[in-house]
Amino acid sequence: MSEGGKESKTPMVYICGECHNENEIRPRDPIRCRECGYRIMYKKRTKRLIVFDAR
Amino acid sequence: MSNKEPGLISLEYKNVRAGKELDTTWTYKKFQENFRVVIVRCENYEMEFDLIGIHPFLANAFRRIMISDVPTMAIEKVHIYNNTSVMQDEILAHRLGLVPLKADPGLFEFKESETSEATAQDTLQFELKMKCSKNKENKDSSRHDDIYKNHHVLSKHIKWMPIGNQAELHKEENIRPIHDDISLLKMRPGHEIDLQMFAVKGTGRDHAKFSPVATAFYRLLPDIKLTRTVEGEQAERLQKCFSPGVIALRKSEGKCVAVVNDSRYDMCSRNVFKHDDLKDSVVMGRIEDHFIFTIESVGNLKSHQIFKEAINILKKKCKTLLDEIDISN
Repeated sequence: MSEGGKESKTPMVYICGECHNENEIRPRDPIRCRECGYRIMYKKRTKRLIVFDAR
Repeated sequence: MSNKEPGLISLEYKNVRAGKELDTTWTYKKFQENFRVVIVRCENYEMEFDLIGIHPFLANAFRRIMISDVPTMAIEKVHIYNNTSVMQDEILAHRLGLVPLKADPGLFEFKESETSEATAQDTLQFELKMKCSKNKENKDSSRHDDIYKNHHVLSKHIKWMPIGNQAELHKEENIRPIHDDISLLKMRPGHEIDLQMFAVKGTGRDHAKFSPVATAFYRLLPDIKLTRTVEGEQAERLQKCFSPGVIALRKSEGKCVAVVNDSRYDMCSRNVFKHDDLKDSVVMGRIEDHFIFTIESVGNLKSHQIFKEAINILKKKCKTLLDEIDISN
């Protein structure tokens, strides 16, 4: 994780498991939804391209 | 039913030879003399026609070629950049593949191999990009159309992206899904899809999505003969045993007499055999060399084009075979 050091300052976006709100969370921030206070967060889907056969 | 072997007694399973003996030997001269085509109905995407005096092997070859060898364009690869909807990527890709495309397959070539690079001659590119959101104007309503924006993804949202010089060669109205109202998926606020599709030319033998026909089938012309006069209440009952229009009632000397009006559209239901007093009055059979073809097109090609194309493909196949034989000799 060479990029880990750079990314640690930029916030990551997580999705609340309860209200689906998008939360920006920095390292050492409490893991808690700003809207509803729920404590389970999910990562967003990768933006990388995935190829499927239409079959 | 008391009758154990209805076929033997009623000749139901015995094909009727239309006057002449069906010759199992095939010569070009005989075929030329006897063969007839009658077009019964020809609309854009549906047609019915008769091939008379043709052998079953040829009729069946045409049917099979129409289903599995006439090429069309269909979506083959789906590049998914984002899909946060509830439908899984592979299900969505499969659905997109089945959308019939309005693109003349004659203007495109088969892709050389699956891995070869997409060119303007063999590939069509499409894009589908949508994001569902809440509609803030209409809060009182409970209809999905009012409270959500872009919640229903339809085939009309598929956008063509020309590759190379395709924009000059093809008109936009000719490169798109045939139907605008095919439901692809439903979304809720926050859901998003972003994907690209690549359509190639293919044949039905590879995958059913490439098949140009919804149905292509033939049946033999039914032949119904009455062996004795059926009248009065019996005649009415006999009429009800067949499809509408098959048996007509004719008045003669104050009595109703059943006659065969038109056996063409009889569905051959065998309902007469329920009535013990009627089953000996009728002989049902089929005319052995009279094929009634029905072709329903999906919409890429018109029905008559599909049949013409099938004939050309059969010709090509025969030629390849003859060339192979020549080489081996």
